Amino acid sequence: MSRSVSFVLNGEAVEAEVESRTLLVELLRETLRRTGTHVGCDTSQCGACVIHVDGRSVKSCTMLALQVQGADIVTIEGVARNGKLHPMQEAFREHHGLQCGFCTPGMIMSALDLVRQNPDPDEKQIREWLEGNLCRCTGYQNIVKAVKAGAAALRAGQGEWRQQ
Amino acid sequence: MTENGIGAAVRRKEDFRFITGRGRYTDDINRPGQLHAFILRSPLPHARVRDIDTRSAAACPGVVAVFTGSDMAADGVGGLPCGWGITQKDGSQMVEPAHPPLAADTVRCIGDQVAVVLAETRALARDAAELIEVDYEELPAVTDLAAAGDGDAPQVWDEAPGNVCFDWEIGDAAAVDKAFATARHIVGIDVVNTRLIPNAIEPRCAIGDYDSGNDAYTLYTTSQNPHVIRLLMGAYVLHIPEHKLRVVAPDVGGAFGSKIFHYAEEAIVTWASQRVKRPVKWTSDRSEAFMSDAHGRDHVSHAELALNDEGDFLGLRVSTRANLGAYLSTFGPSVPTYLYGTLMAGTYRTPAIYCEVKGMFTHTIPVDAYRGAGRPEATYLLERLVDKAARETGHDKVELRRRNFIKPESFPYQTPVALEYDSGNYHACLDKALDVADYTNFEQRRKESAAKDKLRGIGFSTYIEACGLAPSNVAGQLGARAGLYEAGTVRVNPTGSVTVFTGSHSHGQGHETTFAQLVTEALGVDIDNVEVVHGDTAKIPFGMGTYGSRSLSVGGMALLAALEKIRTKARKIAAHMLEASADDVVFKDGKLTIAGTDKEVSFGDVALSAYVPHNYPLDVLEPGLEETAFYDPKNFTFPAGCHICEVEVDADTGVVEVVRFVAADDFGRIVNPMIVEGQVQGGVTQGIGQALYEQCVYDPESGQLLTGSLMDYCLPKADHLPNYEIATNTT
Repeated sequence: MSRSVSFVLNGEAVEAEVESRTLLVELLRETLRRTGTHVGCDTSQCGACVIHVDGRSVKSCTMLALQVQGADIVTIEGVARNGKLHPMQEAFREHHGLQCGFCTPGMIMSALDLVRQNPDPDEKQIREWLEGNLCRCTGYQNIVKAVKAGAAALRAGQGEWRQQ
Repeated sequence: MTENGIGAAVRRKEDFRFITGRGRYTDDINRPGQLHAFILRSPLPHARVRDIDTRSAAACPGVVAVFTGSDMAADGVGGLPCGWGITQKDGSQMVEPAHPPLAADTVRCIGDQVAVVLAETRALARDAAELIEVDYEELPAVTDLAAAGDGDAPQVWDEAPGNVCFDWEIGDAAAVDKAFATARHIVGIDVVNTRLIPNAIEPRCAIGDYDSGNDAYTLYTTSQNPHVIRLLMGAYVLHIPEHKLRVVAPDVGGAFGSKIFHYAEEAIVTWASQRVKRPVKWTSDRSEAFMSDAHGRDHVSHAELALNDEGDFLGLRVSTRANLGAYLSTFGPSVPTYLYGTLMAGTYRTPAIYCEVKGMFTHTIPVDAYRGAGRPEATYLLERLVDKAARETGHDKVELRRRNFIKPESFPYQTPVALEYDSGNYHACLDKALDVADYTNFEQRRKESAAKDKLRGIGFSTYIEACGLAPSNVAGQLGARAGLYEAGTVRVNPTGSVTVFTGSHSHGQGHETTFAQLVTEALGVDIDNVEVVHGDTAKIPFGMGTYGSRSLSVGGMALLAALEKIRTKARKIAAHMLEASADDVVFKDGKLTIAGTDKEVSFGDVALSAYVPHNYPLDVLEPGLEETAFYDPKNFTFPAGCHICEVEVDADTGVVEVVRFVAADDFGRIVNPMIVEGQVQGGVTQGIGQALYEQCVYDPESGQLLTGSLMDYCLPKADHLPNYEIATNTT
């Protein structure tokens, strides 16, 4: 049986018909075609599907679509603003924090929640925070470097990025 | 060096789409009218399939079709081919059993494909598959490599008695016997190289799309080598000629070898799409990947090293059993043979070497190339043995290595196991690694650890790899059933931008940047005006793909050859424009100049002239500026190095922490040091993963795959690892 769910996605109101068993990530990828959010596992380990729901990072494979009625959702597609990359996105490129790119959206969304809670994380805090995001390519070293640099850029940042 | 040319740490051109969520992976593609496939897999390691009743499943809402192996067989679908044949000790060929994409009357491993359900949604397909009734007659199974050769072990194939697929050898057994007879010390070791599950973070996916108007097929697939898939699936499995089959491998989310192979699912969706006249998509779950992606490693070995009093290596004898799984995967047999036995010299001048390998069938998922493929297995065995030899003979483990290294002045060096190393300086890499690792102060650090009640250890490994697969004639003599050259096309567009078409495939390695750097270096074109296209048989002339560390050393060389042709033709065009001889035209930094004059034209003007040939030597030169080259390497390349790892161990809990890791590598000339460093970081992490966290485990009693999900199989995580210290040394 399908039911309707409505919420805000990357600043725009959306409404969709979903089955009660539809996962949030399926709604985003298949119905709304926001394919930047990825599915890398089926046991909530890999973190490729991390998005923000009401400002907090969550694994969108672990929520039902119906749970986000009225929520404010941001996916990787909504991170850059007015055609400008977010400093965290810039930091991933600058520090070679990605190779195949598949885990990258989840890493960036996860990192953004970390720096929201802790604007100046040290290396250990970054590594522990990213425990729920798997990367098979990079060995994490450059991801950690990127998150650190992204956090520093945000602290030094002006205007539109200060909200994060 | 041109800015952004060879040697520059250029930031990656491909990153923008990945960091903004605009990558295009196979599962991001949906075709109009597409159906979803769910593949029912065997829950048993070995069983006869008495009957499959698909009627209830076929009657489910949204289900369009249910197919089994007999449907594919009735259409004349062939088996999945093996791309490498092994000639055994006695001159006979290896045993090569049938490998139907959907099992015929017997399943031989957990995950074996039994039936496919096509439905309007993935959920409906999965629901319906639960209603398929398979009547299995369970048969005894063997999953353990060590037990597979026992006299009473269950047999995987009637045609492979004792479960032996091949019994292979390399080297000179008599010379080794002689060396051992004169030895002062003989050191033996038994090692297990654990079985691994590759786990690229992007699960595999395949979409078959049949175009009935043209009787043509498109397969979108998570592959490292789309042309190879077109060749294998078209010629051997579905009998579709190349001009009617397009294979697209778009962005691929990591592979590490596991996406080289032609998998059953690719053939199933392509075939099914023709049957139902609609596109068919299959996307693997992670847990499904555990039982359908080819696994890696899985060796059991005994080796012996003979030394004289001074510590010189006199001879090496290796006997290995390698698990091939239940079926031969595309390159399965080549991995424990020609990518393993040929590496047994390592970095050492051991004069006599003999290695024998038995490839064994077991009731497990096929085993094939994974990160390094055979070469890490050789390195692991050799370096463990050298360490043990140092302990048993009382030599220092660093000095014993140094003493036995091939000397820098000995290159080219012919090993006793077929390979000829072109260059190297292993002493220099060792020294650099010791220096960066601050080896001289290790004992001090050990004391500091002891004060914290921790044990501290240090380990060394040198290695060599034979990379750049491979000279085609050599590979052919050794059993490869394909050429291993690479192709590349450079298309200079009329206004001077450049589109490159490469047969290599990037799934994280950054070819769109490094290959553009080659173009910038050769033609002086701004790197933003270079686009690298890969992964589509309809666009790329031909290609053998990316594996065996071959992209730059073979694919890059093909591009360089095509670029050289462009440069030659550009000089001819410029000579006409400048009314001079082509021999006098110097092509540098994007300008073509008559030597010793101020007469010059830009490369952009030359490109325009090639496409608007009003003032152009049409009588002797074709218009246009596009060149293709195929490059076949003359030899492998031989990167080598020394890695040093320092760990702290909590003696009470056994927890190991990697506290320091130094890699000193000689990769030859580096195009993009940032990317190279990233590759080393990733490779080291997969090595640490095998050493400390990962292991595929089958239950020996039931044959069940115990590590069947990421809940049970531990991939290295960010908080497991230190930062690595990476140095390079170039010979």
